[in-house]
Amino acid sequence: MDSIATMYDLKITHAPDAGGHFGMYGGRFAAETLMQPLKEIEEAFFEAWADPEFHAERMHLLKHYVGRATPLYHAKHLTAKVGGAQIYLKREDLNHTGAHKINNTIGQALLARRMGKKKVIAETGAGQHGVATATVAAMFNMQCDIYMGREDIRRQEPNVFRMKLLGANVVPVDSGTATLKDAVNEALRVWVATCEDTYYIFGTAAGPHPFPLMVRQFHTVIGQEARAQCLDQAGKLPDVAVACVGGGSNAMGLLHPFRDDNVRLVAVEAAGHGLESGEHAAALAKGRAGIIHGSLSYLLDDDEGQVQGTHSISAGLDYPGVGPELAAMMSSGRLELDSATDDDALEAFKTLTRSEGIIPALESSHALAAGIRLAASMQPDQVLLINLSGRGDKDLGTVMEKFSHLMSGEEGSAA
Amino acid sequence: MTNMQGEDRLKALFQRCKAEQRAALVGYLTAGDPNIQLSEQLVLKLAEQVDILEIGMPFSDPMADGPVIQAASERALAAGTVMKDVFAIAKKVREAHPDIGIVLMGYANTPYTIGFEVFARQAVSAGVDGVLLVDIPPEEGYICDGIFKQYGLKRILLLSPTSTDERIQLAAEAGSGFLYYVSLNGITGAEMGDIQKVQQQVENIRKFTDLPVCVGFGIKTPAQAKAVAVFSDGVVVGSHFVMQITSNLEQIFLMADALESVAQPMRQAMGRGKV
Repeated sequence: MDSIATMYDLKITHAPDAGGHFGMYGGRFAAETLMQPLKEIEEAFFEAWADPEFHAERMHLLKHYVGRATPLYHAKHLTAKVGGAQIYLKREDLNHTGAHKINNTIGQALLARRMGKKKVIAETGAGQHGVATATVAAMFNMQCDIYMGREDIRRQEPNVFRMKLLGANVVPVDSGTATLKDAVNEALRVWVATCEDTYYIFGTAAGPHPFPLMVRQFHTVIGQEARAQCLDQAGKLPDVAVACVGGGSNAMGLLHPFRDDNVRLVAVEAAGHGLESGEHAAALAKGRAGIIHGSLSYLLDDDEGQVQGTHSISAGLDYPGVGPELAAMMSSGRLELDSATDDDALEAFKTLTRSEGIIPALESSHALAAGIRLAASMQPDQVLLINLSGRGDKDLGTVMEKFSHLMSGEEGSAA
Repeated sequence: MTNMQGEDRLKALFQRCKAEQRAALVGYLTAGDPNIQLSEQLVLKLAEQVDILEIGMPFSDPMADGPVIQAASERALAAGTVMKDVFAIAKKVREAHPDIGIVLMGYANTPYTIGFEVFARQAVSAGVDGVLLVDIPPEEGYICDGIFKQYGLKRILLLSPTSTDERIQLAAEAGSGFLYYVSLNGITGAEMGDIQKVQQQVENIRKFTDLPVCVGFGIKTPAQAKAVAVFSDGVVVGSHFVMQITSNLEQIFLMADALESVAQPMRQAMGRGKV
C-alpha cells in the first residue's frame, strides 16, 4: 500500500443503522425500482471497503493523480489581518480538477468498475462534481452523462466546457427551477430506467442510503489529513473546524474525523440576500424536517411540502436540502450553524485573494467569511481550521460582474 | 375513527370485477391540472369510466414521473392547487360515485409536511380508500403505516422488474388494497415493455400474495389494456389520460370529450360496458 495510506483510518465510525438512518434522519426514501440497485451499491461498497486492494488502488490514485495529501496552510497574513485565532486552510483547492469533489468520484468510479458498470451519470450544480465525474470517466474510459440545470449552465460556463472537453455529455435540465435540485430529479429519473448498466455517481453526502455514508467515507481523507497536519504544525488539534454546506460533502469530509475530539464543528450555510430575505439556501437554519431526493433530512419547503426555490451567489450551495447526517448532528447539538450572505462571501473572496494570493471558490468563500468572523473573536493561541474546498477559477465570470470597478482600474469594496 | 366502508370498498370492487370476469380499469389524473375548477370536472368525467381513480397530489419535485406528469404537476401548482383542493376533488368524486375506488398518489413530503395524522383524517373524510406514496418503500413504512392502518387507509405499494422475491414478500406483508406492478424500469409515460415478461412477473408476484395485482406504466391502447387485463386484476392508465389534457391546452373545452373517447374503448376492451 502507498505510504500516504498510513495517515488514514479506515474504520467506519458513527455509522448509520442498517437502513441508513442517522437517528431519525436519512434512510432510503426511494422508488421501488431503485431499491434493489441501491442495495447492490451498498453491498458493493461494504465489500470494497473491506478489501485492501480497493484502498490500495484508491490511495495510489489519490496520491499520484489527485495530488494528495493536500497541504494544510497556516495563513499568517490573513491571521495578522484578522487579529485573532491562528487560521489554517485545508487546501482542497489544490486537488486535481480544483476541488474536493474528486475524492468521491475516484472512490465511486472504482466501485462502478468493480460492479461492472460501463456508464456513469451524475448531477452537478456548480459543475465541480460534474467535472470531477467527467475526469474519472475519461480516465476509466466510461461513458458519462452529466445532468445540469440550465440556469447553472449559464452561470458556470467554463465548467460546462471542461466537461465537454473531457468527453462527457452535458444534458441541460429545464424542469422546475432549472438548478441543482432539478438536475438530481432528472438524474434519478434516468437512473430508474438505466440502472442495469449505469452507475449514478451521487455528488454529495445526501440522497438515499448508502450515498450519505459512502460520500462521507470517501471524503474523510480531508479531515484525517488535516487532523494529523494540524497536530504536526500547530502542536495541537484545532479549537474550531469550519466548512461550508450545500449538500454537505466537504463539511462531512472535514468535520467527521473531529467528531470525537474536543473541537467545535461549524457548518456555514449560504444566506444569499440574508436569512430573513427568504432568498437563501440555509436548509438547516431556516428549513425543517422533510423528505426529498431519497432521504429524510432538513429541507426548505412551504406548508404544503412544496420545495422552495433557493438563492445563493454560489451555484454549489444553491440547494434546498442538506445531507441527513448534518441534520442529525445539528439536532444532537454537535454541529454549530453559521451562515454567510452573498456579500459576505464576496468580501471574504477578496480578502483571501489579496492577503494570501489564493483565489477561493465562492462556496469556500462562505466558510472563509464565517471563519474570519469567528477567528476575530478568538485568542491568538487558538487554532481555527477552514476547509478551502475549491478554487475560484470557475467563479471569475460571476465575480467579474461584482468587481467590475477592478477592470476599469478603480478600487472599491465588495459590497 | 375508522373507515370500514373504505376497508370494504376496494375488496368489494375487485370481487365484483372477478365475478364479471374482467380486470379493473385504474385511471390517473393530477388534481388541479390544468386548473382547480376544470380538474374537478375532468376527474368527475374520468370517474364515470374507471373502477379506481388515482388522484395525483401535485409536487414540486416529481422524481419518478416522466415529462407528461411532471408538466401536469407544474400546471396544477401554477394554478395554485393545494391539498385542500385535492381533498375537495376526491370528496366530489366520492359523492357522485359511492362504489368507486379512490387512491391518492404522490410523494412522501406532502403528507410528511402536513402531518400523517392530519393527512389521514382529511383523506378519510373525503372518502379516500388508499394512498400510494412513490418514495415510501416498505422499509420506511414506519413513518406512516400505523396511522394509515388506524384510519383504515390502504397502503398501496409498488413492485417493479427490479424487485427480488425478498422484496415482493416485503410488499406483500406491508401492502394492502392491491399491489401496483410497474411493468418496466422507467418513469411514468415510458414505452411499455415485453408483455410476456410482464405476465411471468405478475404470476411470480401471485406466489407471494392474494392481494389483487394491478399493472401500469406505458399502457396507451385498448389492445394493450386488453392484453394486460388477461393476467392482471387491474390495468393502470396514467400518462395517456393526462396527455388528453396536455394536447388540448389550447382548446380546453375538448378535454373532457378527449378523456372519454380514450377511456371508453379501454374499458370496453377489458370486457366492461356495452360494445
